[in-house]
Amino acid sequence: MKLVACVKSTPDTIATIKVENGKPTWGEAPLVINPWDEYAVESALQLKEANGGTVTAISVGGEEARIALKHALAMGADDALQISDPALAGVDPQGVARILAAVIQKLGGVDLAFFGRQSIDNDSGTTPAQAARLLGWPALTLASVIKVDGANLRVERAIEEGRQIVSAKLPAVISLVKDIGEPRYPSFMGIRRASKAEIPTWSFSQIGIPAPAPMIEYISNEDAPVREVVCELITGANPQEIAEHLADKILGEKLL
Amino acid sequence: MNTLVYIDHFKGEALPASWEAVGVAKTLGTVAGLAFGAGLEALTKSAFEYGVDEILVAEDAALTDYRAELYASTLKQAFSGRNWDVLLFPTTSRGRELAAMAAIDLNSGVLVDAVTLEANGDKLTITRPTYSGKVLAKVTSASKPQIITLRGRAFPKPVPHPGESGIVTKIAAGSGALTVVEGYSTAEGGVSLTDANVIVSGGRGLSENPSLQPPTGLDAKQAEVWRAQQGFIMLKEMADLLGGAVGASRAAVDAGYVPYAMQVGQTGKLVSPNIYFACGISGAIQHLAGMRSSKLIVAINKDPDAPIFKLARYGVVGDLFQIVPALTVALQQRLAK
Repeated sequence: MKLVACVKSTPDTIATIKVENGKPTWGEAPLVINPWDEYAVESALQLKEANGGTVTAISVGGEEARIALKHALAMGADDALQISDPALAGVDPQGVARILAAVIQKLGGVDLAFFGRQSIDNDSGTTPAQAARLLGWPALTLASVIKVDGANLRVERAIEEGRQIVSAKLPAVISLVKDIGEPRYPSFMGIRRASKAEIPTWSFSQIGIPAPAPMIEYISNEDAPVREVVCELITGANPQEIAEHLADKILGEKLL
Repeated sequence: MNTLVYIDHFKGEALPASWEAVGVAKTLGTVAGLAFGAGLEALTKSAFEYGVDEILVAEDAALTDYRAELYASTLKQAFSGRNWDVLLFPTTSRGRELAAMAAIDLNSGVLVDAVTLEANGDKLTITRPTYSGKVLAKVTSASKPQIITLRGRAFPKPVPHPGESGIVTKIAAGSGALTVVEGYSTAEGGVSLTDANVIVSGGRGLSENPSLQPPTGLDAKQAEVWRAQQGFIMLKEMADLLGGAVGASRAAVDAGYVPYAMQVGQTGKLVSPNIYFACGISGAIQHLAGMRSSKLIVAINKDPDAPIFKLARYGVVGDLFQIVPALTVALQQRLAK
């Protein structure tokens, strides 16, 4: 099977994000593969192990994109592809979906494209569905269980009400939630291989599309207001007394 | 402005965020609802009560279950011969996906997960949390229609006016289905975390009740999980009393105490209940990212230095296995009055 995993580099989840000169910054915190995308890579690798084939990791972005790609290679992806072009500067998430769809088309013969459910920086969560729509493939988003049988695909989707069980034909786009299973750690050999890997880059002219025009306009960023709370510690002679004081305080807030 | 609001529902029951979106649309001008499925009479009636002037309905057996491609193509039918300035969705799993596809189909952009919305003439500007709520970004559309999804519980739910009615316009189902829905397996019953008014969450600390004697024959890990599950039963009793839902930290999920569907945090659910009880949760930054917009946070933890106390309005430093049952009793007595 020909499998691709679309990945992105994001600041680490523990990074302190501060807006400086209108842009989010994260100081010295390292960039990592977007945590949701690790599930995409893991899922693609599991499918490859079960059915044979190749896994190609794809990332759109400058030098930073290589962090996510190297991580995917270290986990066991067969190869990686970076989409890099000076004209990427003005591209919005919908533009990224357009680029990924064009790249998947250009690669040809792809059976399944895996995505994380969203990136933890922009948090849009729209790219998998948009790439699927552009490709004309079924979008099986928020997948928690995947079964492939020949050209048939069966997925359990995590929705508000529980799980929706959906089937479709390949090729398809899948986005992953967490309960697919913990992503593997890169092995020592994997890390060595990734550090030596030559990652090819494609520009817009190589993909054969113009830079997608932005559909949304970013006006400003600001730090989310810090919650000014002073914690009132509730005390008492015994648990019952503490509970009664706390219950009075809670009901006093009139939120129940 | 003319606004079309997608009414997200499951088996005919609207998700509350759909009505919040209707409330927002009312502030912009005329409002039409849009609903797909089968057996939508009750939903249509509610839509008028919540304030839509018109509802566009596609009722068709093929639309009984949500299917992304078929719903997206049906949505496009609402634009044939009609013009809408604004297309609103609740930020639900279905709403987000359909909005994303509608943007492709209608060749416009999409602004996802708005927590505020401001109209300047015909131009809408939203703020949306990015970086897991650490940053608020102000964004606007560079194209039309303006497609926006609204975060649940970020906007007030309008007061329904019983007996209101309006125009029902039938539209045809689209085509191009690419999936077959084989069924559902429901979550462990109860209130959905994202809609809950009250959430009682537990962390790793739930496994640390020394007074419990696990059944014989369990190894150390099984005994730990068993202990934690007894702890979560205790939380559920309080949640049930308050009509709320039970959540968990990533540590509790990773340790195998409860399923992932209960995880609150950066890689779990983003929640904003009126009251969030954090029991035995230290408050890792990833957890705080998922619940920081709760109106009132109450923390119960044995560690006085736990970061959760920095976000909590009320805190108890103590043994949650004594405090939580006592609190359940104390709340029950007061609510019964």
